[in-house]
Amino acid sequence: MSGSSPVEPVETTPAALRQAQEPMVQARDVHKVFGRGHDAVHVLKGVDLDVARGSVTVVLGPSGSGKSTLLRCVNELEEITAGSIHVDGDLMGYRRDDKGVLHRLHPKVIAKQRSRIGMVFQRFHLFPHKTALENVMEAPVQVRGLTKGEARRRALELLDRVGLAERAEFYPAQLSGGQQQRVAIARALAMDPELMLFDEPTSALDPELVGEVLAVMQDLARSGMTMIVVTHEIGFAREVADHVVFMDDGTIVEEGRPADVLDNPSEPRLQDFLAHVL
Amino acid sequence: MEDRPSGQLPEPLHARPVPRPGRWVSAVVVLVLVAMAVNALVTNPNFRWDTVWLYLRDVVVVRGVGWTLVLTFGSMALAIVLAVMLAVMRRSDNPVMRGVSWFWIWFFRGTPIYTQLVFWGLLSVLYPRLSLGIPFGPEFWTFTTQDVITAFWAALLGLALNESAYLAEIVRAGLSSVDPGQAEAAKALGMKDGKILRRIVLPQAMRVIVPPTGNETISMLKTTSLVLAVPFTLELTYATNAIGNRIFQPIPLLIVAALWYLLITSVLMIGQHYLERYYGRGFDGGRTGGGRGPRGGRRKPRKQDLIGASGTTKDDPFLEVTP
Repeated sequence: MSGSSPVEPVETTPAALRQAQEPMVQARDVHKVFGRGHDAVHVLKGVDLDVARGSVTVVLGPSGSGKSTLLRCVNELEEITAGSIHVDGDLMGYRRDDKGVLHRLHPKVIAKQRSRIGMVFQRFHLFPHKTALENVMEAPVQVRGLTKGEARRRALELLDRVGLAERAEFYPAQLSGGQQQRVAIARALAMDPELMLFDEPTSALDPELVGEVLAVMQDLARSGMTMIVVTHEIGFAREVADHVVFMDDGTIVEEGRPADVLDNPSEPRLQDFLAHVL
Repeated sequence: MEDRPSGQLPEPLHARPVPRPGRWVSAVVVLVLVAMAVNALVTNPNFRWDTVWLYLRDVVVVRGVGWTLVLTFGSMALAIVLAVMLAVMRRSDNPVMRGVSWFWIWFFRGTPIYTQLVFWGLLSVLYPRLSLGIPFGPEFWTFTTQDVITAFWAALLGLALNESAYLAEIVRAGLSSVDPGQAEAAKALGMKDGKILRRIVLPQAMRVIVPPTGNETISMLKTTSLVLAVPFTLELTYATNAIGNRIFQPIPLLIVAALWYLLITSVLMIGQHYLERYYGRGFDGGRTGGGRGPRGGRRKPRKQDLIGASGTTKDDPFLEVTP
């Protein structure tokens, strides 16, 4: 025991402190309506969600509950109908001027906002005319203006990280589903995102390939990446998640720590869901 | 992960093939018919094969081939550029752009190419003077239409604008054929619309666009003979017709033109084959990847490639997914 007072090695400027405490994602009363008039479908009905920096949030829920839509709203693939979403303190898709008037952002600015958020899709969506390496290099070169050499070096690092260094020159069609999804994760990581969104990343995979993708995601979570994962893998939620959210019919029905939510569900709809999934 | 066969390979089955007498019968029938046709062509003196051979290499005819090629490739190149623009406009959010594209396609597909070419030829009569300046205001540059839109340019523009309307629909079909997830994935990476189109969507659309465009190119080769409507008189059909009429032997000269068209079409088909192979890379498990496969040298075909190559299975990873 030394007598010196414990000094935390954290930045102490007010701005940095505020930023560190501020959630990475802050969704407030988010509504999403598809279509209009009689055909309108109210998919999100006032969702509030906070995702802390460096945490893993798993979103559970039956199909049609709005989990994927919520994810797609976070990176502006869908325009929200009402409410607000902040990522890293920035209002997504809009700008509020001094008089409080809301302006839609120019697509170029939205593209820039998106470039800081990585997304992994259920069906991978790798570019089939490009090799695994070219898939990972594409955005750093085209969006961030890295030289080909730099991008290539970094892409090989990332492919190595997901265990696919020897598959760099293969086209997606020559890879298994699990390998394709790992390339897709490397492709998203190549943009150095501060937030990663996973939209049912293992739902399109053969059962024996699910494990390799979950392992990569678990590794990523350990490295401190902020992640929102929509999945049906309860085991992954239990082991990796810091926060579990259960959605049904466009609202968040129950949320909390995985142990509380998964083992002692209070909401009958969640009890019913877990009984079916487990 | 090596797929090298382990241990002794089994002796393949030795079975007698299914007898196929139909093949032998049809081969003999076709052979006889071909022999008859060749005999009928070669021995008929009315075809004047000596004249055909003489004019096949005539300087006016070869120059006509040259002009036909210039018109074909020039108008197709211009038409492809216009068609991509039209197809993108047609899919744009901007209602003005959509309207312009719709009107263009409606007009140029809806009127006969022959009439269009006549009007291009008449342009210098209808508008003897063209000028650049502020609309309804002062003019800065003025020139005589005849000096700028010569018969050649009238023919080229006429063919290109007409073709662009057809190609625009082909390009549009190609763009629509690309999985929307591709553009979405590119969007999620922060790519802007222009880049997404050029780097992600268009290269994949080419797989669908190239075959019908090859078809259109071959069709254009023959359509160039209509430029006599302008009139532009140096291309192959007009040149051979003129000679045929002059020497009172139209039939051999028609054969001369037909042989040249056949030859050029054959070359175009070979080119199309390689273009299709190039844009097919990455699809079809890399089997058609222009011989590139995974880059960096030859490799052993992988197990899945061999299974796929047998053509008895479908290796679409999404076939078993219920969305």
